[in-house]
Amino acid sequence: MRHIISILLENEPGALSRVVGLFSQRNFNIETLNVAPTEDPSLSRLTVTTVGDDRVIEQITKHLNKLIDVVKLVDLTEGNHIERELMLVKVKALGAARDEVKRTADIFRAQVVDVTPSVYTVQITGDAGKLDAFVQAMAPIGILEVARTGVSGIARGDKLLTL
Amino acid sequence: MELLSGADMIARFLKDEGVERIYGYPGGAALHIYDALFRQDSVQHILVRHEQAATHAADGYARASGKPGVVLVTSGPGATNAVTGIATAYMDSIPMVVLCGQVASHLIGEDAFQETDIVGVTRPIVKHSFSIRHPSQIPEVLKKAFYLAATGRPGPVVVDIPKDMTAPTERYEYVYPKKVKIRSYNPVTRGHSGQIRKAVDMMLKARRPVFYTGGGVVTGGASEALTDLVQRLGFPITTTLMGIGGYPQGDRQSLGWLGMHGSYEANMAMHHADLIVAIGARFDDRVTNNTSKFCPTAKIVHVDIDPSSISKTVRADVPIVGAAGSVINEMISLVQEREATNAEALGEWWKSIESWRSEREGKLYEPSKPGEALKPQEVVEAVYRATRGEAFVTTDVGQHQMFAAQYYKFAKPNRFITSGGLGTMGFGFPAAMGVKLGYPQDDVVCFTGEGSFQMMMQELSTCKQFDVGVKIVNLNNGSLGMVRQWQDLNYKSRHAHSYMESLPDFAKLIEAYGFTAITVKTHEELAPALERAFADTNELVFLDIYVDPFEHVYPMQVPLGSMRDMLLSKTERT
Repeated sequence: MRHIISILLENEPGALSRVVGLFSQRNFNIETLNVAPTEDPSLSRLTVTTVGDDRVIEQITKHLNKLIDVVKLVDLTEGNHIERELMLVKVKALGAARDEVKRTADIFRAQVVDVTPSVYTVQITGDAGKLDAFVQAMAPIGILEVARTGVSGIARGDKLLTL
Repeated sequence: MELLSGADMIARFLKDEGVERIYGYPGGAALHIYDALFRQDSVQHILVRHEQAATHAADGYARASGKPGVVLVTSGPGATNAVTGIATAYMDSIPMVVLCGQVASHLIGEDAFQETDIVGVTRPIVKHSFSIRHPSQIPEVLKKAFYLAATGRPGPVVVDIPKDMTAPTERYEYVYPKKVKIRSYNPVTRGHSGQIRKAVDMMLKARRPVFYTGGGVVTGGASEALTDLVQRLGFPITTTLMGIGGYPQGDRQSLGWLGMHGSYEANMAMHHADLIVAIGARFDDRVTNNTSKFCPTAKIVHVDIDPSSISKTVRADVPIVGAAGSVINEMISLVQEREATNAEALGEWWKSIESWRSEREGKLYEPSKPGEALKPQEVVEAVYRATRGEAFVTTDVGQHQMFAAQYYKFAKPNRFITSGGLGTMGFGFPAAMGVKLGYPQDDVVCFTGEGSFQMMMQELSTCKQFDVGVKIVNLNNGSLGMVRQWQDLNYKSRHAHSYMESLPDFAKLIEAYGFTAITVKTHEELAPALERAFADTNELVFLDIYVDPFEHVYPMQVPLGSMRDMLLSKTERT
């Protein structure tokens, strides 16, 4: 099963490599990885999506918790949560396809953010499933390039991942 | 307020931290630190002949004393030479602090002379690592390094120190930090009371219980408490290789150690048990054999300070995260206030165990007769008697390691010092050095073989410089015995590179360093040789003992089998 693990990490040089290294060292999967600073300059927030059965996920969270640079973590998939990913897609936009791209983007509530005579660049946010569907819909028209941020997530309601 | 250079801070910190001795090797990036060491006399520096030996010596000392071993090496090759020793300490959870010189900050990343990203290289084999970014951080970072190395599940910590951080001209305020706090690191001590109560309930009801304890009991200083608990309950106990000495091996309740080359009765008891109480052990593959066939009828209580060790390879029914000593003491007080164990069932259980024991009694190996080649097992037994069972024993890796573990009976913890997890050939001799320097009054014996000893024999020179009187027992079978055993069993005796055709004359080699060597080739020569060797505790003596080259280590678990599937000799199996 797919899990989204959010981690508060010491904003220290080398901290990220400890997390990434752990996954390869212990033969765990990383599907997506997303990392950025938080409102607290001493902390980064890292979100990783991974796949494994309960036993594997238990080992992943235990080993992550053992890393000295990991301050706190939560498996968001254990509760209600919001999951978002941002994607930028360059699509061929010539002739009739120009309208088709725009229409499809509208259906997905995506925005065209850059335009040339032959190319549309489309920005879309949503969960991973929505982005996958958009890629599928655009594929026949001609995708030139895809850039995805990887999943970021947060728990619904009052639940917080803070110190 | 005291102003010190980074280098002087390091020397001063080691003194304030109570470090008496460090092991190391100088080089460009570490020279400011070496100069600071030269100008003080609180911390003794032991100059090894290869950085790997520095880590093993620090490791040996740490295993014997329970205190962190300290290593100082230079950047690049100095640091990479230390890697095997760091990995050895990591696998066996040994507290160690490794200070590595590094090229100056402005050169980092430029492929400078003797530059290696040692923090990167060692990342998977350390508990944690630090890079010093400013000299003023040194006291706090070093305190954190020692704190992390020695608390929780211990392990090695690397501190990378760029040369400019130790420049003699830059001075900053030095205060010894008595305490440090790391917000993300709060090692557990006490276990969950409800879980402990549940475990004790199961223990009191158990019909066929076995204690299975590991290195966590030894490093956690919980041997006395464990012995008390085990004796109150009257249960059998087996330890891992790392857990040897955690319970006195001569005692009737001790089944010896378990696993691949563990005792017949220990492996049989584990297989038939209905309750396994694992404390400070990690269900390693050398213990469990095939996990899907592991102990089919047993419920498992697993006590460990590291939650990631629990249910990693074998699912625990009652997991307890806590320090061995604290959990055991809580178990003792619960046992005291509760009803008794199931005495009738236990009696039956002991009958089975005694019958397993007697099945193999006197059949473990065939001692040599006068005129025959010595058996390695009887050499270990003779050394055991010669040292009254009280020596510190280190080993290298291979058949001699297993024989030492099987036939030297340890009554105390911290006495059997072996590379259990990583299986590092070359570990034994430098580890013995580290132990002997810390315990000069005691006999320190290193069991080794020609293969292992030749990996670290340059340390004879260190022993000469610092007058380190260890006893080296070379069980000389002219081959890489354990490799050859596997080739006999699995490769139709095709001995690919397990035979060493050009061994040196060890006696001459040892004498070249000015030490005593005794060559033993016959049964009759053994007793007088041992008497001579152990006459003076502080004299280095090398015993080159020729043993039967065809001997195998048994029992030996059958690959992919259960605990009870064992070869018992070249012709018998369970």
